[in-house]
Amino acid sequence: MLDSYEESVLIFLGINMVLALSLYLPISAGQLSLGHGGFMAIGAYVTVICTTWLGWPLVAGLAGGGLAAALAGAVVGFPALRIKGIYLIILTMGFGEIVRIFFLNFEPTGGASGIGGIKHLTTLPLVMGVAALMLLCLMRFRGARIGRALRAVQEDEVAAEAMGVNLTRVKVAAFALGALGAGIGGGLYAHQALFIDPGQFGFFRSAEIFLIVVLGGLGTYWGPVVGAAVVTLLPELLRFVQDWRMTVFGSLLVLCAVLRPAGLLSGRRRPAV
Amino acid sequence: MLLQQLVNGLMLGSTYSLIAIGYALIFGVLGLVHLAHGEVFMMGALIGLQIVLWTQAGPVAALVGALLGTAVLGILIELIAFRPIRARNGPIFAPMVSTIGVGLILQEVATKAFGGEQVGFPHRLEPVTWRIGPVTISSVQLLILGTSLVLMLALHLWVTRTRMGMAMRASAESTLTARLLGISTDRVILVTFAVASALAGAAGVLVGLSFNAISPFMGIDMGVKGLAIMLLGGLGNIYGAMVGGLLLGAIEVLSVAYLASSYRDAFVFGVMILILLFRPQGLFGVGRVDR
Repeated sequence: MLDSYEESVLIFLGINMVLALSLYLPISAGQLSLGHGGFMAIGAYVTVICTTWLGWPLVAGLAGGGLAAALAGAVVGFPALRIKGIYLIILTMGFGEIVRIFFLNFEPTGGASGIGGIKHLTTLPLVMGVAALMLLCLMRFRGARIGRALRAVQEDEVAAEAMGVNLTRVKVAAFALGALGAGIGGGLYAHQALFIDPGQFGFFRSAEIFLIVVLGGLGTYWGPVVGAAVVTLLPELLRFVQDWRMTVFGSLLVLCAVLRPAGLLSGRRRPAV
Repeated sequence: MLLQQLVNGLMLGSTYSLIAIGYALIFGVLGLVHLAHGEVFMMGALIGLQIVLWTQAGPVAALVGALLGTAVLGILIELIAFRPIRARNGPIFAPMVSTIGVGLILQEVATKAFGGEQVGFPHRLEPVTWRIGPVTISSVQLLILGTSLVLMLALHLWVTRTRMGMAMRASAESTLTARLLGISTDRVILVTFAVASALAGAAGVLVGLSFNAISPFMGIDMGVKGLAIMLLGGLGNIYGAMVGGLLLGAIEVLSVAYLASSYRDAFVFGVMILILLFRPQGLFGVGRVDR
């Protein structure tokens, strides 16, 4: 059986899978985002408010957190329609920072000192179940109308629009669905970390989620899964180098980017970004 | 009061400008984002601090040392994290992965080498202050403004008057054409990285002198803000970055003075997002933007 350390590592692996799969959706529509930590923060805080203060069960809390994040995603998604590429990366980065600063100054949720004493409700089967469900949804999307529309948008926006794809709807939906997943991931994270403060959802968190997706590769849905495994497990496996863990990890990231620039599982098609 | 705030804003803003110019130089030539630029800035501050602690030298020696040290660091980053990806025609996000890796390495190396706590420059560098009419100005502030202005002027002269500067502008216009015209673009890129990183290193020393809070993690916020300012001024536009930095410094200081101080960074990013939405080419950008 797993000891508690192994179990917690696997739970964090599952949470990273959920976060990465949720970011995969907007990225696969050509919307690179470096603000996923912001949506995660919204999900985490709202879930904790629902479960701890209102006494809801975890699943209801997760739904609440996910919906709140999705709402924020739709709000950000509309202005994000106008821009793409590097511009969108920086806009979403600014959004993530604004969310962090908001929670830093929002006293009802503890401000900078955060919320502690959260009940440990996240279990391994739950996390893996959510991740598997998301993977399944993404796979079902592929052949469905929205999946085909997303791929068309990724290949060529103008052509997709000419073929009758509603660009606004597809892009905002991709962004909001991505935020929904990030919110759920945030809620799961809060009930595993047991303590949340704004610092945990800063630029570094967003960069980490982004890293997982692009490291895994954008050609296939398994990319985020593999990326999450690498980014979560590698630092744990590197515990033997002790103090130089992040240095070795950083060097391996550089190596991956150099040897497989399009991601570990890069598909045949070059992603249109 | 307002005048004093504007002076303070200008000081803060001039260090922002130095960082943003670095982003703009690199983006101008490569069209890529360097996510470890904030860490280069942090290394500049730490190198400067170590020089002062070890040799008992003044802030000028710290500046020169940081300029040289970070220039070498920038060259290494280009050789390790950018050039091999370019050689393989990687997508635009591949260097983001490699520079996140470089950032992690630099943070840990800095923590190991210099300790993880916040430290400041020794007290003997405590500033002298003068009063000019209603405005109080300290020697550190003068040093910051003076150094920033001299560096920006030197950059302007380098970009407009030297062969290397011209080669850099040509490469920024079109790398392919520049290469066809016989410019060694790889060398241009190397020099661009050295210059951009040296400016960030100088900014590190200046910020360290004014805030006395040097730590291995000081680069994260600054890196994010510098990127925002580069965008504000127009992607890859060094003059836009100069003005954008000063502008944002003033906005930040004024919002602290007259609005809620705890929301000052939110204000900065809010302004950035608004500008992004209504003028995606940046305040000083010209022409159309691929969006």
